Amino acid sequence: MSTATLEKPAAAKPKVILAEGNEAAALGVALARPDMVAVYPITPQSSLVEHVAKLIADGKMDADIVDAEGEHSVLSVLQGAALAGGRTYTATCGPGLAFMFEPYFRTSGMRLPMVMTIVTRDGITPQSVWGGHQDAMTVREVGWIQIYCESVQEVLDTTIMAFKIAEHHDVMLPVNVCLDGNYLSYGASRVELPPQAEVDAFMGDKDVNWHVALDPSRPMAVDPLTGGSGGKGPSTFVRYRKGQCKGMQNALAVIEEVHEEWAQRFGRRFAPLVEEYRLDDADYAIMTLGSMSGAAKDAVDAARDAGRKVGLIKLKTFSPFPVVALQKALAKVKALGVVDRSVGFRWNCGPMYQETMGALYRLGRFIPSMSFIGGLAGADITEAHFQRVIAETEALLTNPAPTEPVWLNEKD
Amino acid sequence: MYEVRIHGRGGQGAVSAATMLAAAMLEQGKYAVAIPAFGFERRGAPVVSFVRCSDREIRQMTNIYAPDCLICVDPTLTRSVDIFAGLKPGGTLVQATNRPLEEVKLAPNVATAGLCDAVSIALEIFKRPITNTIMLGAFARSTGVVSLEALQRSLEDSDFRDAGLKQNLMALERGYNETRVHTIEQRAAA
Repeated sequence: MSTATLEKPAAAKPKVILAEGNEAAALGVALARPDMVAVYPITPQSSLVEHVAKLIADGKMDADIVDAEGEHSVLSVLQGAALAGGRTYTATCGPGLAFMFEPYFRTSGMRLPMVMTIVTRDGITPQSVWGGHQDAMTVREVGWIQIYCESVQEVLDTTIMAFKIAEHHDVMLPVNVCLDGNYLSYGASRVELPPQAEVDAFMGDKDVNWHVALDPSRPMAVDPLTGGSGGKGPSTFVRYRKGQCKGMQNALAVIEEVHEEWAQRFGRRFAPLVEEYRLDDADYAIMTLGSMSGAAKDAVDAARDAGRKVGLIKLKTFSPFPVVALQKALAKVKALGVVDRSVGFRWNCGPMYQETMGALYRLGRFIPSMSFIGGLAGADITEAHFQRVIAETEALLTNPAPTEPVWLNEKD
Repeated sequence: MYEVRIHGRGGQGAVSAATMLAAAMLEQGKYAVAIPAFGFERRGAPVVSFVRCSDREIRQMTNIYAPDCLICVDPTLTRSVDIFAGLKPGGTLVQATNRPLEEVKLAPNVATAGLCDAVSIALEIFKRPITNTIMLGAFARSTGVVSLEALQRSLEDSDFRDAGLKQNLMALERGYNETRVHTIEQRAAA
């Protein structure tokens, strides 16, 4: 359903609408005023780009839209637009993301501050068209910032913030805003639309591409051949890679700053890196990512009412991995259960669990922990599933930790 | 929290009914969430959608397994689908049917049944058996959880335009007016 219209700048009060996550993302994109959008609108695409196309067609969004012949071309088109100084946007998921992998890798290497929503899906095969985090997790090591949203409102707000994070001079990296396919993409909820004038003030003057430009009066080589074992190749390549890693680390502070400014201006405060929920006096914690977190918080509340000392740690920023912020949270508990919506094939556990192990190691203190895998391929993770997660995590305080992951939907 | 599960068949608008109902709940100052169940939509195949409503922010974005109310927009669905699964005791059924209460399939947990001959109304208004907005009127009449006026505003803000909007507003109002609400005597607990 498309009930939303963008407000004129004069309107001061935010408009309240019902919007699905895909529509909220599109409205966030429109409020951020990109210059160019490129899409490949066929399976596996979502209604997100339909909403974007409609906003452009209805004159509510002043951007050029390119209907490319495939996802590989989508990103290639946007790279050209970004090099010419444009603010750029696209959305994809699953096999579409797989098909754009080569230019996806180039985008972060060229330090192009693009924003791309991943409406996350599980991987194929076996055949499936439903949600899961497998697609975004598969590309977590390609130099894009990846931020996961919990609610429809957070999708809208984070989509706008993503442009500001990407374009920050200390960052200059592309950003994926990840929203869970199905439960968040088609789940409709109450959202407040921030007024355009206030978003404009938040975004400031557009300064997208100051470091490299397709400018005939200032010709320069872009993406030169580097590497090898002689001449300036190796050191040039290392400088590129070191710069990308530095940009990722810089992003941690920038993501916090941008969320703080958003909270000041719009009154909505989202934990930028790691959210601690009822953690301060907790004996143990469960850890979540994305839209599952709402049901998990309800389960934590119910367990607290029953006298169990459980807290919750939610990651919002997955890449760069917020090691320090996560360690601060982990230091408060004696046991940990991590719920992933995707599979880490190499370690026989969830990928967020595996990465959290690295943060735990640096903490220098042993905390028993275990991996839960749920919500694959559209399966639901309900409050009842989280009650089980809480009980089995609590058991880690007294019993040895299992070496196998728990598959939450195995008997659903 | 008040939870509604809407059952129908592909093409009858069970999913858009959920978003229209949630929008009407927002109109009344509530928090609301609408979630479609996901599948390959095929005309005629059983489909389901979910609506949550609360005075407080709703955090869980999940399907509904223990609804307070069932809306069944198709008169034949109960032959092939157990729509009553998980219905809370004292629950409400809002059923599209042209049959009297004695001939309508019920479950022990149904305490209130709102029956509406939605197919006949739809055939008169749309010339097609699209029953979703009629059954939203039947829901308002049976439960009082939303007002007819809030649903009317929700339809006016939806994708309906011109003649289609007029027809659906008429369908909504007829659904509201032509629903028979029955209170069902509960058997004493054993």
